[in-house]
Amino acid sequence: MATSHLRKLLTVITESALEKDLCSDLESLGAHGYTVTDARGKGHRGVREAAWDPSGNIRVEVVCTKETACAIAEHLKAKYYSNYAMILYLSDVEVLRPEKF
Amino acid sequence: MNGFGHPVQAQNGAPDENRRVKKHFLQNLSLKPLKTMTTLDPVILFFLLGLFAGLLRSELRLPPAIYEFLSVILLISIGLKGGVELSKQSFGSLVGQMGLVLALGFTLPLLLYPVLRLLGKLARADAASLAAHYGSVSVGTFAAASAWLTAHSVPFEEYMALFVVLLEVPAIVVGILLARGVSRETRWGKLAHEIFLGKGIVLLAGGLIVGWISGPQGVEPIGGLFFGIFKGVLALFLLEMGLIAAAQAGNLRKHGLFLALFGIITPLVCALIGGSLGAAMGLSIGGITLLATLAASASYIAVPAAMRLAVPEANPALSLTAALGVTFPFNVLVGIPLYHRMAVTLFGG
Repeated sequence: MATSHLRKLLTVITESALEKDLCSDLESLGAHGYTVTDARGKGHRGVREAAWDPSGNIRVEVVCTKETACAIAEHLKAKYYSNYAMILYLSDVEVLRPEKF
Repeated sequence: MNGFGHPVQAQNGAPDENRRVKKHFLQNLSLKPLKTMTTLDPVILFFLLGLFAGLLRSELRLPPAIYEFLSVILLISIGLKGGVELSKQSFGSLVGQMGLVLALGFTLPLLLYPVLRLLGKLARADAASLAAHYGSVSVGTFAAASAWLTAHSVPFEEYMALFVVLLEVPAIVVGILLARGVSRETRWGKLAHEIFLGKGIVLLAGGLIVGWISGPQGVEPIGGLFFGIFKGVLALFLLEMGLIAAAQAGNLRKHGLFLALFGIITPLVCALIGGSLGAAMGLSIGGITLLATLAASASYIAVPAAMRLAVPEANPALSLTAALGVTFPFNVLVGIPLYHRMAVTLFGG
């Protein structure tokens, strides 16, 4: 197997209303790319069943360096945590092409 | 004939008698059930089906993409119909009406805000957001109202789809100003983009423009999709709306009596204001009913999205519970026929 490099996978689950704002935040904070998927579930702000537009969630995934991931996490925490349904978590991943992330 | 117990001689020799018997027979068989059913339109029955299925926690739900598709068809057909009618009107004659309708859109949230603050004791952001929801309009309710008027052969000004577009936006602006004041933090450019280029406005206004340019003959080839199956689409749409409304029941229990009362009394008062304006504008009884319904309806797509971004501290559950869980079902089931009766009683002379 080719040499692998450690990176962080940052996963954000939040209201779909935030998609545009969130993605532009990610780019301005140095993420090279991201993946958005529609999601539904339940949290302390109630059931998000995605039955119609405003009740949907998104799950945004970014693979990036530890520094970028921390910067993004701090920014999101400060900007969105108090008023929006949002969780985020970090995990270690291995990538084969470090220059991409 | 014998099998139905009618005398044989009715068949030979007495054609009049024969016809009478046949008519009687038809009345007995088919007209009677029809008569009892006309009180509830099938699209309303589908709404009730969704409502009950949701309340009983049925697994039933339409895939989100289907719901999206249904609302696209509804928005475009309403826009197209309105546009075709607009092409027959002189634009100048409508400018005055358009101004009045815009004024209605700015006034309604301003009237509701103090009520919510003082009687509801809601926080500033919540009161502003609810006022914006109720100042704006619901296209689904408009569709149900126009279907009701058509089913009851009440003519109305078809170009009123234009008013739907005009009424969507002002309340959002007023709501943001009420919550924020004139604040530099509000990014109006971005918000304007969000509001004017939202799905609802683009499709509705787009349909109006396409219908206006194409005229009656032009839209005929696509009429099968947008007009021919309108009622079927509306039935499915209302089925899903019933499910969504039922999903608000839990929230309603949590947020209590004020929200339920607000969700029923507000449309009644707003309908009176909208209906009076319609009468002052010289609209027909059908038109007055529609403008009353528009004033009575509350937005559940455009406004929630805009408020979520512009006034994030407002609790979205409050306005959605009231708009979807109370006011939408109330308008569809009780409001529309009531507003029509109001229009006939007050302005019918």
